[in-house]
Amino acid sequence: MSMTATVGRAHADPHHIGLVVEHPGPASKRIVTAYGFWVFLLSDIVMFSCFFAAYAVLSGQTADGPKGSEIFEQRNVAIETVCLLLSSFTCGMASIAADVRNRFWFYLGMAVTCVLGLIFLAIEFREFADLVARGYGPSRSAFLTSFFSLVGCHGLHVSAGVLWLLTMMAQVFAKGFRADVLRRMMCFALFWHALDIIWVGVFSVVYLLGGGA
Amino acid sequence: MSDQTHVPAGHDLAPGEEEQHSVGARILGYVVGLALALLLTATSFFIAGTDLVWQPSIPVALIVLAIAQMGVHLVFFLHITTGPDNTNNVLALAFGLLVVFLVVGGTVWIMAHLNQNMPPMDQIMPMRK
Repeated sequence: MSMTATVGRAHADPHHIGLVVEHPGPASKRIVTAYGFWVFLLSDIVMFSCFFAAYAVLSGQTADGPKGSEIFEQRNVAIETVCLLLSSFTCGMASIAADVRNRFWFYLGMAVTCVLGLIFLAIEFREFADLVARGYGPSRSAFLTSFFSLVGCHGLHVSAGVLWLLTMMAQVFAKGFRADVLRRMMCFALFWHALDIIWVGVFSVVYLLGGGA
Repeated sequence: MSDQTHVPAGHDLAPGEEEQHSVGARILGYVVGLALALLLTATSFFIAGTDLVWQPSIPVALIVLAIAQMGVHLVFFLHITTGPDNTNNVLALAFGLLVVFLVVGGTVWIMAHLNQNMPPMDQIMPMRK
């Protein structure tokens, strides 16, 4: 927005308030796309807040089943957290490489991001499989239901993110750094960073707070 | 529109977009963000397992550390800043946060009151004796 004082330009200042608002026209497609995706991400975060609220209410309702402190392994969670943090960093490196049209660093950054995301998913899947095998599946207690839905929903988002990541690599490979591909890449980077923010909430609230109580 | 020369004053920034920086400065931003995030994460995990601090303060400390780390991610990774070109992005974020706090805070508040006012039968019966 630019507000410029005008003298002697009455046609642009019909009410003589001394200010004229210049309308530079619609924003560029890059801004419109990213802003729309940003609004989607915020609504996704609102959806996650419902799962967080459910977990906060139900975390004590264990129905004589296991408590959080009995099933959470801090070491695994720490590894998962470091994986996601590093993958957020490499995703940032890949988007910088895309902006400067450097294919090698783009592929390298995206590949490392993909591997870190897959390590995260593997650890999470092993944790879930182990819990179910011990009879602590989502139907065991309200606490476990809310735990599996919250952490599983985040895991589904990461899985979708990995698929999207591979699609972006394929699109850059086939189409190059076209404007539309770069817009998608920007949305993907936003998505991946937002997932990391949600994971900060998950490991703090679910694993550290829920594991200590 | 005026017929004067168009001055490209203060364009808006897309979410996630940075102001014009060199590649080195952008990489440095991510490195700083990663270092801060790792530091806050390590502190969280240390606080959660330590006996060094007063135990009832741990949940508050964990929540404060989590919010600080989310702020670090927003600033250094998502580049949501307070600059005038970022106003739209910040306003959308503020509304999202309002809804999040209403949902989480409201749920916890209401359910805690329900638990207090409507305890299970086996806890009510001894009170009536």
